[in-house]
Amino acid sequence: MWKRDNKAGQEPLSPERVAYLQARNRRRWAIRLCRIFILISLIALWEILARIGVIDSFIMSQPSRILKTLTNLKNNGLLKHLGVTCFETLTGFSLGVILGNLVALILWWSDFLSKVAEPYLVVLNALPKVALGPVIIIWAGAGMQAIIVMALAISLIVTVLEMLSGFLSTDPELIKMARTFRATRYQTFTKIIFPSNLHTLFNSLKINIGLSLVGVIAGEFLVSKAGLGYLIVYGGQVFQMDLVMTSVLILAVVAALLYWGVTKLERLVLNAVSHTKV
Amino acid sequence: MRELLKLQDVSLTYQAENGEVHALDSISFTAQEGEMIGIVGPSGCGKSTLLSVIAGLEPATRGTVLLGGEPVNGVSEKIGYMLQKDNLLNWRTIRSNVLLGLEIRKMLTKENVEYVENLLETYGLAEFADKYPPQLSGGMRQRAALIRTLATKPDLLLLDEAFSALDYQTRLTVTDDVLSILRREKKTALIVTHDIPESISMSDRIIVLSDRPARVKSIHKMEFPPRPGQSYALPLERRNTPAFGQYFNLIWKELDVHVETR
Repeated sequence: MWKRDNKAGQEPLSPERVAYLQARNRRRWAIRLCRIFILISLIALWEILARIGVIDSFIMSQPSRILKTLTNLKNNGLLKHLGVTCFETLTGFSLGVILGNLVALILWWSDFLSKVAEPYLVVLNALPKVALGPVIIIWAGAGMQAIIVMALAISLIVTVLEMLSGFLSTDPELIKMARTFRATRYQTFTKIIFPSNLHTLFNSLKINIGLSLVGVIAGEFLVSKAGLGYLIVYGGQVFQMDLVMTSVLILAVVAALLYWGVTKLERLVLNAVSHTKV
Repeated sequence: MRELLKLQDVSLTYQAENGEVHALDSISFTAQEGEMIGIVGPSGCGKSTLLSVIAGLEPATRGTVLLGGEPVNGVSEKIGYMLQKDNLLNWRTIRSNVLLGLEIRKMLTKENVEYVENLLETYGLAEFADKYPPQLSGGMRQRAALIRTLATKPDLLLLDEAFSALDYQTRLTVTDDVLSILRREKKTALIVTHDIPESISMSDRIIVLSDRPARVKSIHKMEFPPRPGQSYALPLERRNTPAFGQYFNLIWKELDVHVETR
């Protein structure tokens, strides 16, 4: 047991402890400042180089023009494009997670099926799902469905493989313990296997939220009337690098926010089911 | 005393990738109600397999296991199993952990829950009931695992190296602890361990098994002066008697012969 850092009213910290805490805080701030500094200087450098004409802002765009495009876009349906992409990503992601877990459950249930499915899973996992794009468009129809299916296709197999390997590597002693109480296979799954794989689940969520976004953008490149992927392709076609760059930047923010959302959810859930802080 | 468990010529052969493995070879013995039976044998001789067969986790190839006169088919409700690790689920509170067996068997009646609450109270875990396993010491966790096993009111307890994951000092106190609980609750137990002193300190009789395939080599009765007013002596008390060392030599020789002839 170690002494917790004191809240109000507890014994005072030793000078060594104070020094340690100060050093730690200083380091944290230094890291934070450096990150911000790098970002600002890169943007500034980009702007300056474009202004003095070292780089061609027609090809490379430039921060001030991106800002202008952004305000333009705000009055021109940015929210709609953003909404479409987010909707498609979250739908594909959720479907991928639910279906992936279901398939993993079935394969865990039947060792025979999982052995049979193994080579198929390996090949499907290695296959670049984007190659299926044209097939998906023809099968699902040219529109949002195709994009969602694309996001699903990219995240599904990874989820199945990740969850299945998690399920199968559950501590056999825990399973034996449940068996001594005559647990059915279903009870073993709900009471032992699934709860002990929450970490696996969230790891796969973290991977999948990014993969779903990849699927959605790839889908939007191929077939779409709206969305960030559509803006990027459109901007490229009409040679408007400002629009392309702006969309890419927005996409980066969206990706970061989605990932952050998953980690936030992870923290919430894991704290709710166990006291162990993550 | 009534005969609770009877093994008749129990043999087990299982098929592995690279051949047949003879694990148990016509094992026969009986256990009376309230008796503590120690099972010792060279490592890997099939002690745990024997418990799995008695518990009904694995079917015997030949022979029968009778529990209270009835043959064991499939996992028996009358048996409680304690494994080496406490296997408490980290995402459940201690209370919810000790109720797991009842929950799985759909026996969460008011009466049973009360019984468990009493056990928690009696054995000093009541104030930790809402804590999570990682917040408890190894000894307390093992006690919680025992209560989880007792919760389903088994007639026979199987302890499979139940203490070997604990450090030596904790282990001495926990064996004392567990044995006094088992004696007080008047349980019958089979105690598998590779630790001879532990076996002597806990058992009424010790069954020595041979190397694989396991056969019953000999059965020894452990007699110690009981504690005043009781019919038994606790492990730590037994360890302090002169008979303890003699029993140790006896069992040690039984096991040793085998190592030499190998």
